[in-house]
Amino acid sequence: MIEFKVPELGENVASGDVAKVLVSVGDTVEKEQPVLELETDKATIEVPSSVAGVVKEVKVKKGDKVQVGSVIFTVDDGAAGNGAGKAAAAPAPAPAKAAAPAAEAKPETQPEPKAEAKPESKPDTKVLPMPQRQVAEAPPAPAPAPAAATASSLMPAAASPAVRRLAREIGVDINAVPGTGPAGRISLEDVKEHARRILSSVGSAGSPAAGGLAARASRPMPDFTKWGEVAREPWSNIRRVTSEHLSYSWNTVPHVTQFDKADVTALEELRKKYKDQVVKAGGNLTVTAMLVKVLATALQKFPQFNASIDPDRGEIIYKKYVNVGVAVDTDRGLLVPVIKDASRKNITQIAVELQQLAEKARDRKLTVDEMSGGSMSLSNLGGIGGTYFTPIVNWPEVAILGVSRGGTEPVWKNNQFEPRQMLPLSLSYDHRVIDGADAIRFLRWVVEAIEQPFLLSLIG
Amino acid sequence: MAQTTQIAVLGAGPGGYAAAFYAADLGMQVTLIDEEKNPGGVCLYRGCIPSKALLHVAKVVDEAAHASKWGVTYGAPAIDVDKLRAYKQGVVDKLTAGVGSVAKLRKVNYVQGRATLTGPKSLKVTGASGDTDIQFEHLILATGSHPTKIPSLALDSPRMMDSTSGLELPDVPKSLLVVGGGYIGLELGTVYATIGSKVSVVEMTGGLLPGADRDLVQPLEKRLKTLFASIMLNTKVVKVAEEKDGIRVTFEGDVTEKEQLFDRVLVAIGRRPNSKVPGLDTTRVKVDAKGFIETDPQRRTAEPSIFAIGDVAGEPMLAHKASHEARVAVEAIAGHKAVFEPQAIPAVVFTDPEIAWCGLTEAQAKEQGVDVEVAKFPWGALSRAITVDRPEGLTKLVLEKSTGRVLGVGISGSGAGELIAEGVLAIEMGASAEDLKMVIHPHPTLSESVMEAAEVFFGQSTHVFKPKRK
Repeated sequence: MIEFKVPELGENVASGDVAKVLVSVGDTVEKEQPVLELETDKATIEVPSSVAGVVKEVKVKKGDKVQVGSVIFTVDDGAAGNGAGKAAAAPAPAPAKAAAPAAEAKPETQPEPKAEAKPESKPDTKVLPMPQRQVAEAPPAPAPAPAAATASSLMPAAASPAVRRLAREIGVDINAVPGTGPAGRISLEDVKEHARRILSSVGSAGSPAAGGLAARASRPMPDFTKWGEVAREPWSNIRRVTSEHLSYSWNTVPHVTQFDKADVTALEELRKKYKDQVVKAGGNLTVTAMLVKVLATALQKFPQFNASIDPDRGEIIYKKYVNVGVAVDTDRGLLVPVIKDASRKNITQIAVELQQLAEKARDRKLTVDEMSGGSMSLSNLGGIGGTYFTPIVNWPEVAILGVSRGGTEPVWKNNQFEPRQMLPLSLSYDHRVIDGADAIRFLRWVVEAIEQPFLLSLIG
Repeated sequence: MAQTTQIAVLGAGPGGYAAAFYAADLGMQVTLIDEEKNPGGVCLYRGCIPSKALLHVAKVVDEAAHASKWGVTYGAPAIDVDKLRAYKQGVVDKLTAGVGSVAKLRKVNYVQGRATLTGPKSLKVTGASGDTDIQFEHLILATGSHPTKIPSLALDSPRMMDSTSGLELPDVPKSLLVVGGGYIGLELGTVYATIGSKVSVVEMTGGLLPGADRDLVQPLEKRLKTLFASIMLNTKVVKVAEEKDGIRVTFEGDVTEKEQLFDRVLVAIGRRPNSKVPGLDTTRVKVDAKGFIETDPQRRTAEPSIFAIGDVAGEPMLAHKASHEARVAVEAIAGHKAVFEPQAIPAVVFTDPEIAWCGLTEAQAKEQGVDVEVAKFPWGALSRAITVDRPEGLTKLVLEKSTGRVLGVGISGSGAGELIAEGVLAIEMGASAEDLKMVIHPHPTLSESVMEAAEVFFGQSTHVFKPKRK
C-alpha cells in the first residue's frame, strides 16, 4: 500500500482547500497524472500524482482543508496483496520500499535564484526592528497568525500589562518604545512620550519614522444602513492578499510616475505580418508579448530597474536574472504570472508562454511559483481603454510599466502631419533606487525600442 | 426551537464559562453550551479540582505519618475509599453548582446538549429536550481536550484507566503502573501511593516532568523514590495484555524486569485538543497538524465570526491560560484592541513538594543563548521551611545578567504553587531583582525566599553567605 501525500506546494504555501478530487476508488493512476485541485490563497494548483497504482481509498473530499503531508489517497501497488493467499493476483510484487518516492514528490522548483523577499508576506512595516512581535498593534484582522508560537528568543519589552494595553490602544509598538525605568522598564509616560515624538515627526517633516502609528489603525465605520440598503460579502482571499500587498507597496515605495508615448505604427505592421506565424506556434502576437521582450532587454541595460531594496541590511539587491510579470485580469481579481528568463526567450516563445499563463490564471491553475520572482511588471489596460494611469509598483520590484489604449494621432513629421499610431506608456518607479533622469532614460529606451524594433536584435 | 444570541460559547470549562460571564458583564447576550448539567468542564469535573481534593487528603496522611518525628504518633491511617470519593465528589458538586448559579445570576442562557455547527453563524444543540437551533453573531470555541490514547496502550479493560477514570477512585489497587511521568501521572500516582497502592511510574524520556528545570524536579524525585515502588526512566511500554489477576505490561528500555504484572494501569501521557467539533467543516476554521485550532493573537480563527480559546487553541493546556484567553477573545469581540501576549504563564505541579515555574526556564535561557544569571535561594536557609520541617525546597530567579530584570522564576517546595504568583507579577511588571529585594516580605514565610533569592543576585542575602564574585 502506498500513500499519496500532498507534496510541497511552493513558497509560503502550507495548506489549501480541496477544490476537486480527480480520482476515485478503483481508478488506475499513473505518475504525473493530475489527481487533485487545491485552492490556496492565490492560486488553484493541480497536484500531479507521484505514485502509480490502483486507488484503494480516497481520504479527502471537496472542501476539505489539507496540509502539506496530508494523505490524499492510497494505492495498491500489489506489494501488500489482498490478504492472505491471494498474492497471486498481484503480478508485480514491488518491494514495499516503493513508497519512498511519495515523500519526494515536489513540483519542479525554479532553478534560478528568487527575489529575496516574498510578495505574499504580511504588510508589516520594516522600520520596526523586531517584526516578529508586531502582533500587538494589529486591529481585529482576520488573518490568522501562528498562535503562542511567537516564543521568540528576543527579549520581550519590559512593560506591565496596563502599559502594553495603552500602547496597543493608541497604536504604538511596545517593542519600539525606549524604556527609561530601571532595567529598561517602559512606563506609561514612556509610551506617551514615544507617541508624541512620532506624531511631531509626522507633523513636521512627514518623515517615514511614523512607524505605523495611526496610519494603519482602522477607523470606525459609519453605519451605512442609515442611508439605504447595503449588502455585506466576505472579502475573498485573493482580494485580501491583493489589498495587503498593494497597501504595503503603496506605503513602502515612494512612487513617481513618468509618462511618454511610443509610435507603434511600424511595430503594428510587423505584428500583422507575423501574427499568423505565431498563431501556428500556439501563441498570440500581442503588443503585451512584444513589450515583455522590450522590457526584458531594457532591464539588462538598466540594472537599477532589476533590483530590490533591503533596508534592514542597508543593501540593494541586483538580480542577474530577468523575469517579467504580466498583470492578468480574472473574474477573481488581479493576478500577476511571471515570464521567467524573458531575456533569453524570443517573442514567439514569450507569446506562447503568455497565452498559457493567462489561460491558467483564468482557470485558477496558476501556482504560487508561477506568480513569484518577477524583476519588473507590466500592466496593459489598453484592451479596455484609458489614456494614462499611475500603476503601483509590485513590491519588492522597483518599477512597473503601465500601457494604455493606443490610437491614431496626427504627428508632425517630415514637415507635415502624419497619422501615426501612438501608444501611451506610464512608468512608475521606486524613487529610493531610481532617479528621475534614469527613469526617463529607461522609458526613452523603451520607446525607441518600440519604434525601432530592430534595436532589439541589434543590441538586445 | 430557534434562538438567536450575540455570543455563543461552546464548552463550559474554565475558558468557556469565563468567556460567557465576562461577555455578560460587558452587556452582551450570551448562550453557553455544554453537555454537563452545570458549567465546569474537565477542570472542575475531571481535572484540577477533584485531583486537588484528593491531593489535599494525601498531604494530610503524609504529614500525620511525618509527625512521629516530632513526637506525635498517630496510628496507621484507615482509608474509607467510599467516603474519600464522596468528599471529592462533594467538592466537585459544590463548585459546579456554584458556577451554575453564577451563570444564572448573570442571565447567561445555559443550554445543555451536544452542539453541531451548521455554518459560520449558526449551530444546532441536541439535548434531552430536543434540538435547538442557535443563530449567533460570534462563537467562542472552548471545547477543551481529552486524554491522549495510543494504540500500544489500547486495551479494553476496567483495569486500564486514564486521568478521568483514575479520579473516579474505583478502589485502592494493590499495584498501579502510571504510564507517563508528567504532572498528571505524578499527581495521581501520589494520591494512589498515599492511600496504599504500590505505584510504579514509567517515563519514556530520561527524567520526570520534562520541560521543568532539573534542579526544581530533584527534591520531588528524591521524595517520589521513597513513595513509589519504582520509577522507570528511558522506558517505553510496548505491550499491555489482560490476565486473570492483572495487566501484564511489557517494557522496553532501561529496566531489568521487562515484564511486570499490575492490578491497574493508569495512562497519563498527555492530552489532545477536542478540535473535531461536528460541523466545523461548514466554516473556514483551520486546524493545524497537531489538531489545535489556528487563531490569531486575538484568538480569532480563519472564520472571522469564530474564536477559539483554551486547550483546543494551543499549548500550554492550562485552565488559567484558557480563562485569560477568554477575556482576550471577548474584548476582541467587543471591539477592544486586546491581544493574548502574556509574558509568563505559570505552570504548577501539585505533588508534594510542589513545583512551579513561570517565564524563562534556566534550560530555555541556555538553549536560546540569553545571557542570564540564575540566583538560587535554598530553603535549608529559610526559617519558615525549617519550622514545618520541609527544608528541601529551592527558589530561583532567572535574571537578565546586565540589568537584573526578572525573566523567569522557578520554585520547588511545599506551597510553591501559591508562591509562584509573585514571580508572574514580577515578570509581567518588568520588575528587576532590585525591586524584589526592596519589597518587604513577611517573616517568617516561604515568600521570603523570593526576596532572598533576589539578594543572592547581589551577593547580599541575609541568610546565605555567598559574596558576589568580582
